[in-house]
Amino acid sequence: MIIQGLTFYVFATIAVAAGVMVVSARNPVHSVLFLILTFFTTAALFILIGAEFLAMVLVVVYVGAVAVLFMFVVMMLDINFVEMREGFLQYMPIGVLVGIILLVELLMVLGTASMSPEVLATGTEPIPDLTQRQNTAAIGDVIYTKYIYLFQAAGMILLTAMVGAIVLTLRQRPGVRKQNIGKQVSRRREDSVELKKVQPGQGI
Amino acid sequence: MAEFWSIYMLPGIIILAQILAIVVPLLLCVAMLTYAERKIMAAMQLRMGPNVVGPFGLLQAFADGAKLFFKETILPTSSNKIIFLIAPMLTFFLSMVAWAVIPFDEGMVVSDINVGILYLFAISSLGVYGIVMAGWASNSKYPFLSALRSAAQMVSYEVSIGFVIITVLLCVGSLNVSDVVQAQADGVWFFIPLFPMFIIFFISALAETNRHPFDLPEAEAELVAGYQVEYSSMTFALFFLGEYANMILMSALTAILFLGGWLPPFDIAPFNWIPGPIWFFLKIAFLLFVFVWVRATLPRYRYDQLMRLGWKVFLPFSLFWVALTAGVLVAFDMVPNS
Repeated sequence: MIIQGLTFYVFATIAVAAGVMVVSARNPVHSVLFLILTFFTTAALFILIGAEFLAMVLVVVYVGAVAVLFMFVVMMLDINFVEMREGFLQYMPIGVLVGIILLVELLMVLGTASMSPEVLATGTEPIPDLTQRQNTAAIGDVIYTKYIYLFQAAGMILLTAMVGAIVLTLRQRPGVRKQNIGKQVSRRREDSVELKKVQPGQGI
Repeated sequence: MAEFWSIYMLPGIIILAQILAIVVPLLLCVAMLTYAERKIMAAMQLRMGPNVVGPFGLLQAFADGAKLFFKETILPTSSNKIIFLIAPMLTFFLSMVAWAVIPFDEGMVVSDINVGILYLFAISSLGVYGIVMAGWASNSKYPFLSALRSAAQMVSYEVSIGFVIITVLLCVGSLNVSDVVQAQADGVWFFIPLFPMFIIFFISALAETNRHPFDLPEAEAELVAGYQVEYSSMTFALFFLGEYANMILMSALTAILFLGGWLPPFDIAPFNWIPGPIWFFLKIAFLLFVFVWVRATLPRYRYDQLMRLGWKVFLPFSLFWVALTAGVLVAFDMVPNS
């Protein structure tokens, strides 16, 4: 148990420190890299509580896909760091407010759990023991039966967001030459090559 | 003290020995792979290939390694030093850690975790960071273009790789890598029923490892050498080792998912005398030969063609095949572990 405790504290410390660095790093690319570190250590914490499926999905989805695109965008931004610092005081009250709301919410969750432990027992779906059912299967058991509508709704919302983003950014420029593979493949010898008999000294 | 020794130190030493037993042969394989690539390409182009250092030029890779080792590591003045140095280490590190879950024979695996396939998928999807970080930290035009290309390319092909893996998992009913191989022991190897997926996976693996014909991130004709432009000496060597180790890893993954891992082709007398790791090695060697063969044969894809292939051909087809496989498994009542 000593090792588990030790690893927990190491990962938790790294996660919190990296989280602080995400907001305080001067360079936005460094911020994204620290964000990735945070995701990664959080995945490690998930593994420590035996939720290996969630840990791997966190790495695949957030680190492997979302953060890559995030970095892709941030890398291409041309940011003036001095200008970025200027608005700091102006935006600070909103930031502090959001922070306080999040803190209160977290405290409420922790508070209800510690003050009345029976609240935790009201979860309707019992979590099967790790020895009986692997947590990949356990998640599958509920997500495709009990929560199917919510799951599908989440998918639909993401699809709508994706379609919306494409509609907003798609622009049709006239005069751009594009490759039409079907047209290329269906080209025949007869309509592209012609054999002509050239008389000497005359040309075509 | 004795307890401390038996609980922590001894398992620690065993794990360390296991890691060394994988990493050292792996690095030797990488060295031999670079030699094999040059020899095969030479044979295909009617050249001699390396033939001076050692018998048949076998020690060429070690000579190259020694040369790189004694060169100076140059840090460009305008680069972001820390990230510039982390990038090659990350590439190398990621290509090594994935081997922790690869089974070489029944039970012959460092870490037999429940979600092995997902772990491999996660690690391979992280590979892009080495290149992106290198491209950005170099603070130079060509590496940056290379980083952008690489990020878009790897994210695109990961999607179809994910669907291919899902198809295989539907037929297996487990995320454990050893179970994937065991599932093929009773029936046929998955490359027969899932043949189109096998092809898609292999092509996506080429794209994922930035190999020909998808080596746009390091296209020497347009981007000099892409993200490697500013790297020299061991930093370059780490990229090189990582890239080739990744090729071996993707070949191993293909062998596990579709070619039955360590299993012999027929479970009868002369075939099952040969131990499992050798079969596994032969399968990986065959796939690596195809990697090199493709490189010697095909021209490079144009970037829009690459994107079209990933998003408009592979993605719809693999999605369709996932639905088809699931449908067939349910219709004929063949769902595993139900």
